[in-house]
Amino acid sequence: MTTMQIYVPCDSAALAVGADEVAAAIAAEALQRGLDIRVLRNGTRGLLWLETLVEVETPAGRFGFGPVEAADVPALFDAAWSPGHPLALGLVAEIPYLARQQRLTFARVGITEPRSLADYIAHDGYRGLRKALDMAPAAIVAEVTASGLRGRGGAAFPTGIKWNTVLKAPGSEKYIVCNADEGDSGTFADRIIMESDPFVLVEGMTIAGIAVGAARGYIYVRSEYPHAIARLETAIALARHHGYLGTNVLGSGRAFELEVRKGAGAYICGEETALLESVEGKRGIVRAKPPLPALAGLFGKPTVINNVLSLATVPIILDKGAAYYQDYGMGRSRGTLPVQLAGNIRHGGLIELAFGVTLREILYDYGGGSASGRPIKAVQVGGPLGAYLPESQWDTPLDYEAFAGLWAVLGHGGIVVHDDRADMAKLARYAMEFCAIESCGKCTPCRIGSTRGVEVIDKIREGTQRTQHVVLLRDLCDTMLNGSLCAMGGMTPYPVLSALNHFPEDFGQADTSQHAA
Amino acid sequence: MPTATVSPAAVSPVVAAAALAAIDGILADLFARLGDRQDQLLPVLHGLQEGAGYIPPERVPEIARHFNLSLAEVHGVITFYHYFRSEPPPRCVIQVCRAEACQSMGADQLLEHAQAALGCGLHGHTADGAFGLEPVYCLGQCASAPALTINEAVFARVSPARFDALIAGVLADDARTSAMQASSVEVTV
Ligand SMILES: Cc1cc2nc3c(=O)[nH]c(=O)nc-3n(C[C@H](O)[C@H](O)[C@H](O)COP(=O)(O)O)c2cc1C
Ligand code: SF4
Ligand code: FES
Repeated sequence: MTTMQIYVPCDSAALAVGADEVAAAIAAEALQRGLDIRVLRNGTRGLLWLETLVEVETPAGRFGFGPVEAADVPALFDAAWSPGHPLALGLVAEIPYLARQQRLTFARVGITEPRSLADYIAHDGYRGLRKALDMAPAAIVAEVTASGLRGRGGAAFPTGIKWNTVLKAPGSEKYIVCNADEGDSGTFADRIIMESDPFVLVEGMTIAGIAVGAARGYIYVRSEYPHAIARLETAIALARHHGYLGTNVLGSGRAFELEVRKGAGAYICGEETALLESVEGKRGIVRAKPPLPALAGLFGKPTVINNVLSLATVPIILDKGAAYYQDYGMGRSRGTLPVQLAGNIRHGGLIELAFGVTLREILYDYGGGSASGRPIKAVQVGGPLGAYLPESQWDTPLDYEAFAGLWAVLGHGGIVVHDDRADMAKLARYAMEFCAIESCGKCTPCRIGSTRGVEVIDKIREGTQRTQHVVLLRDLCDTMLNGSLCAMGGMTPYPVLSALNHFPEDFGQADTSQHAA
Repeated sequence: MPTATVSPAAVSPVVAAAALAAIDGILADLFARLGDRQDQLLPVLHGLQEGAGYIPPERVPEIARHFNLSLAEVHGVITFYHYFRSEPPPRCVIQVCRAEACQSMGADQLLEHAQAALGCGLHGHTADGAFGLEPVYCLGQCASAPALTINEAVFARVSPARFDALIAGVLADDARTSAMQASSVEVTV
């Protein structure tokens, strides 16, 4: 009798809707029926509205069912997991949402078992590192530069240029730091990589270490992500045990060690210099730049600090070459952007596509419109510091420069959808309040401005001297924009002013959106 | 690694002393394992909170001495981070996501429901100290909003009805546990 293979994801989004219970129910049911079944735990496919998405291995490929709950399991066995079952989805790889994506960074995500190094290697893992070990450090950096990869953490700074600064910096003690703080609402791509393909991040950081001459790396993960931390710890231990980390990486004579550090619930620790302070054991207070972390970073030494996605994209660039990667995209935005579609949307999930797709295509062709079935009103792109975009701006292509042209940001690619019931003045107030709670406190415009911002918006909402307070709010935003030391205070005006400009009626103002856009 | 579970109901001085003794064991182990470089301060605080449930203010001087830092510095670090607690947590900590994606799917209503169902406010805890309600800003479950955690286990697509079912589950577990062990303090080192 051949063993039937069934995949049940173990990413935290699947666990949060009962994947462990589904896996246990499948095992118990198989036992009871005397069936020979092997339950494997893959990562998520990123089709999050279908979680728990269960896959059955067939000669034609993996066949999906979802969303499955533990209570559905007996009936699925009764139907012999046949395509006729109401939860049947067809071959997973052919579901249009997935089939139309261009998965480079996420190529293995959902397919492999995140706890298996052998599975990683069987799916082209560690080919990038093997290539890198045969190259001179400057050649590795040149390859990353030529790929056009820009930092995926928000600021979109070219990764190769950053690495080159660290490579050329004097001294032998250097560090690679991975920014896995992912505090933005609407973002979960870093989490998915860490939970569903942790080895790709370990490999990317190892390549970075070899490239710039750093022998040690830290992954700073937020405390809200215990599953990600557990998966990374397992991946690091396995990689070390098999010689992919340690004093002599794959016998090359080069050393690279990796360690996970846990954050402690402070949004500002996503800002790179605050993160470094935190790793050093201090409060996460932003450092003034210069000096750049590339020259004086962790413990005062030259440091590459990159987002999870930036580092996790390096292995495929080394494996397939810079030209392969840079063929995707548009303008100065090269390669692919992992878009995270969330909030009030029917089909939320992870969508990796070449830059250039429009917001409207994402919202309707992928997202299927709002979850509530009501009209979509506003879309916030780029996290809590990103602008709210009204429908007139949804034909904008996802491209760093195009968004900058709208006075908006792509940030980490998070998209949060709100339906027509959203109160934009309330959301603007929330943005100010978030800044007040999360400000590191170093500079006045941010620390005091955000608190004042909440008060002023409260006055506007209750109708006290509304016109004067709107003027005051704009003035306050101007001060924060121009006077803040970092983007926390410097970008909070984005959600606030975009809400005010595009949805003035929510602030009790006449509609001026035609002029304000 | 040694672990200690300390019930918040621990009130008698004898019990409190026993709990602190257990905490000293955890701390000594962390100090020995992690060393005294300042970059190990957060790992030590995490280890202590993991083992003891919180960072007892009585032990801050000892931590400061170990790292050769001032009391103010260590206190400053503990209070800067939202995650660290200076008091024992309620037996069951519920953290409701308040960030934008969850708001768009009814997080505010879920929070109202939670407050009414538990009879306690945000940042507060129930009269018997069993449940505490706290805000959190994004759990990375934004596509399956609204989301919350119960003692760090994540739950997504949480409707008010699912909230009630989850709480009922916690209470049922509690009833089973208290039937099994009569003692209010259990320390395993
Ligand atoms: C308030 C604030 C929060 C940030 N949060 C994050 C974060 O969670 N993750 C991240 O990678 N970058 C974050 N950044 C950007 C980092 O400062 C930095 O630009 C990035 O880690 C560099 O990596 P990259 O070049 O690979 O993008 C944040 C910046 C600011 C100002
Ligand atoms: S803008 Fe805010 S978070 Fe940034 S340095 Fe100033 S006070 Fe700190
Ligand atoms: S906004 Fe609630 S989980 Fe992200």
